[in-house]
Amino acid sequence: MHPAPSVIIFTSFSGLGFGMLFWLGLGMPASTGFIAFVFFTIAYLLAVGGLLASTFHLGHPERALRAFTQWRTSWLSREAWTSVVTLLLMAAYGAGLVFFGTRIPLLGLIGAALSMLTVFTTAMIYTQMKTVPRWRHWTTPALFLTLSLGGGALLAGQVRFALPLLAIAGTLQLLAWIGGDKRLIQSGSNIATATGLGNLGTVRAFEPPHTGTNYLLREMVYVVARKHAARLRIIALVFGFGLPIILLSLPFSHIWALLAVLSHVGGLLALRWLFFAEAEHVVGLYYGRREAGRA
Amino acid sequence: MTELPASTERKLGLVIDLDTCVGCHACVVSCKGWNTENYGAPLSDQDAYGSNPSGTFLNRVHSYEIKPDQGVAKLVHFPKSCLHCEDAPCVTVCPTGASYKRSEDGIVLVNEDACIGCGLCAWACPYGARELDATEGVMKKCTLCVDRIYNENLPEEDRQPACVRTCPAGARHFGDLGDPNSEVSQLVEKRGGFDLMPEQGTRPVNKYLPPRPKDVEPEIDILAPYLEPVADDTKGWLGWLDKTLSALPGGDR
Repeated sequence: MHPAPSVIIFTSFSGLGFGMLFWLGLGMPASTGFIAFVFFTIAYLLAVGGLLASTFHLGHPERALRAFTQWRTSWLSREAWTSVVTLLLMAAYGAGLVFFGTRIPLLGLIGAALSMLTVFTTAMIYTQMKTVPRWRHWTTPALFLTLSLGGGALLAGQVRFALPLLAIAGTLQLLAWIGGDKRLIQSGSNIATATGLGNLGTVRAFEPPHTGTNYLLREMVYVVARKHAARLRIIALVFGFGLPIILLSLPFSHIWALLAVLSHVGGLLALRWLFFAEAEHVVGLYYGRREAGRA
Repeated sequence: MTELPASTERKLGLVIDLDTCVGCHACVVSCKGWNTENYGAPLSDQDAYGSNPSGTFLNRVHSYEIKPDQGVAKLVHFPKSCLHCEDAPCVTVCPTGASYKRSEDGIVLVNEDACIGCGLCAWACPYGARELDATEGVMKKCTLCVDRIYNENLPEEDRQPACVRTCPAGARHFGDLGDPNSEVSQLVEKRGGFDLMPEQGTRPVNKYLPPRPKDVEPEIDILAPYLEPVADDTKGWLGWLDKTLSALPGGDR
């Protein structure tokens, strides 16, 4: 799939923002007044900024309100609802902390749960795609949720939660890669089933329908060189998980914490780039691009 | 509504004969022509006369080489457009309700006024049947020429999809695949029509007819009888020469 910057920024930053709101909702840190204002501002900038970025890839962003109508079948529509309801609830909860110095625990608890539900709906937009076998697996929502919780804990200064969560996320990511590399072949879709001509012999794409490129190839048949992907995976693991875990294990200082956050965000962006760039859509089979054993 | 109808009164669709398709792309051109001038936003092109042309098409013809275990490879031309699936995954993912499947005839359509151009339906389609128009920012797809098939202003023979009407080889057939007695259903029955990527669980309405097996001619060599050796035993001067030369180093004896 095409790794569009708008979707990478959207999933990464809104995931971090809602992860931060989760911890703030649970009262961790239990700050009020100006400190709470700073925490909530960062969380809202990330969450809302991410959501706004996602509208940049729309052909008609001015019609975005229509996306609230089809929650019965569409995960994107469900995400629209959960994100807006979460942001409104947490705004009320945050206002209580910032302006009145009071914490309404129940409101925070509901907001925290809804924050994770929002991240889950985001993950399900990708997980539901039967056409992208790499995504259609339980590790996709598990990874989105642990990354959001871990990154959120890191930003909210909850080091004792951030450490194990980042370690779990790193492990899940490894699992997702190891399993994901085989999933297109395991899906049973190949050029033989795509054309339905496999029983007649070996099928090979002989001539494409068009001389130039098209929307399908640009959007869904993005191919990354294996060598680069392997390097990026290592970079993502080191910056996303390794370095932050080491920095957080050191005696606490704001400098180390800031570096841990920057390193994690960098790693996360690399992870999300790979999440899209490495995802193989079965339509590539019609173009002979996804034959077994080839990139 | 993006909820799929439990069943549709009719299942209008295409049957494409891979045995007869000659790969002329006339269906591609007529589709682009009709659908640029009629239903919805025109199908735009970008850099059409430049070095990197690209454009929106609702129907495209691939060509595949099939190499059997025995015998020669064959070329199969393979037109592909929306299959108007019964379990259309493109419809249920739509957040706005712009994508829908009609309960009366099963046609999958996009209400372009409600489309936000998020592209999720194109991701959900395994067949690459949907393309986001780069100029209009809305999703385009085959309408089964809904503005032709019911159009009483057209002569009756023209009330079929433009691709079917134009196909010079008669490789494309249009009809109700929900009616087992319809011509298209009969054709599917007789020729062993199949689904594309059935493992995706989309239950396509459109069917494809496989290339017919080619005749295998018995091997007849009309010259062979005249080229057989006239005599096996050699006598006389030529016989002596043959034996002597064959006995030399490099000879066959």
